[in-house]
Amino acid sequence: MSTAKEFTASSMALRTAAILFIFVIVFTGLLSGAYLWTKPAIEASATEEKMKLVDEVLPRGEYDNALLDDAVTLPATPELGLSEPSKVYRARRNGQPAALVFEAVAPDGYAGKIRLIVALRTDGQVAGVRVTQHKETPGLGDYIEVKKDKNKARPWITQFTGLALTDGSDKEWKVKKDGGLIDYHAGATVTPRAVAKAVTKAARWADAHRDALFGEGVAQ
Amino acid sequence: MISRDEFKTIAGNGIWKQNTSIVQILGLCPLLAVTTNAVNGVMLSLATIVVMALSGVAIASLRNLIPHEIRIPVFILIVAALVTVVDLLFNANLHELYLVLGIFIPLIVTNCIVLARVEAFAAKNPPLQSTLDGVFMGVGMLWTLALLGGLRELLGNGTLFGGIDMVFPSLHPIQVLPESYPGFLLALLPPGAFILLGCLIAWKNWIEARAAARAQQKPPAPVSAAGCH
Repeated sequence: MSTAKEFTASSMALRTAAILFIFVIVFTGLLSGAYLWTKPAIEASATEEKMKLVDEVLPRGEYDNALLDDAVTLPATPELGLSEPSKVYRARRNGQPAALVFEAVAPDGYAGKIRLIVALRTDGQVAGVRVTQHKETPGLGDYIEVKKDKNKARPWITQFTGLALTDGSDKEWKVKKDGGLIDYHAGATVTPRAVAKAVTKAARWADAHRDALFGEGVAQ
Repeated sequence: MISRDEFKTIAGNGIWKQNTSIVQILGLCPLLAVTTNAVNGVMLSLATIVVMALSGVAIASLRNLIPHEIRIPVFILIVAALVTVVDLLFNANLHELYLVLGIFIPLIVTNCIVLARVEAFAAKNPPLQSTLDGVFMGVGMLWTLALLGGLRELLGNGTLFGGIDMVFPSLHPIQVLPESYPGFLLALLPPGAFILLGCLIAWKNWIEARAAARAQQKPPAPVSAAGCH
């Protein structure tokens, strides 16, 4: 009798395990199906989001290549404040280098790091700068972000647009308090100073490394 | 299909009698984290309604195939798979909405209310009823979280519908109390959420006690159909 009982118990266990296994297979299949089915759409919207950001710093009319596919992977670069690898996107027009789009970090914001995206034209002119991430004080230092800036007609961060390295003097890259030309809001000088410094360093770095960056092969 | 009485019982249980937040006291972790304003509370509830309706119909349809001994792992498997599929579908097809609701979807996976309703209701009832149960449990959660979130931001910041511009960019939060209102930080922190939740539970119990006292004075009303417990 006992053998019969054991047999029943083990066959029960096998049956239960088999059912659980079937459920796992079916639902894993469902998941992979959903993943594969939605993958192109999700990737497309991620690209679109990236492009939206790039469009803010570099107008589409200035290049004609598939910018996001023409990227170089950059190792950690202290000059840009980057402690982790990032990507540099190369904008070309009629096959000729037009601009570089890359990330930079201002390490000395009022509340930690301020992440930026910078576009520098090959003639050494800044095409645009935007803040992508920061923890500056809401209502005080957060005007560096276009969305939070009360000056909608000419947001603070757009002051960098059109600044050129070829001018030689770095006077205009500093905030007015430090003898430069960049406006700032009273009571929050640390934040704009950090951004101005990071943009200056980033522009100089990109200008110095431009030829090397455009010469490299496309990152896989 | 479903009788009027049955519908009324399911709806009444979800919205009031078995309200997830103030009667079953389930899913407190997302509740405390999210209800710093009414908009977040409503968004989390909307995402939960979708997931609960889907898990209700899925488990009720498969309930006769699931052996009793391993029902919990199978339920978890089904709920987790569904949440992930919902997450992927939202991301792919309703990307704008996903940017708003997306951060709440992973919170639902850990919400015990989904598993609780699946175990207590969907495992024993037909698909249609189970779907409705999921929806109405979510609706009950929706009004409670909206009320709790609204109270917290009103006390904490003096505003209502903060964050509405994330959902509808053309709308702005309403400043209810004067701009000079100093704010009340406790209401915005988790302890404040616990205290206000306690007040909501007390308010509900007070209403029930008053209704019961009134009913005692009158001849007893016929007993309505029992709930799911």
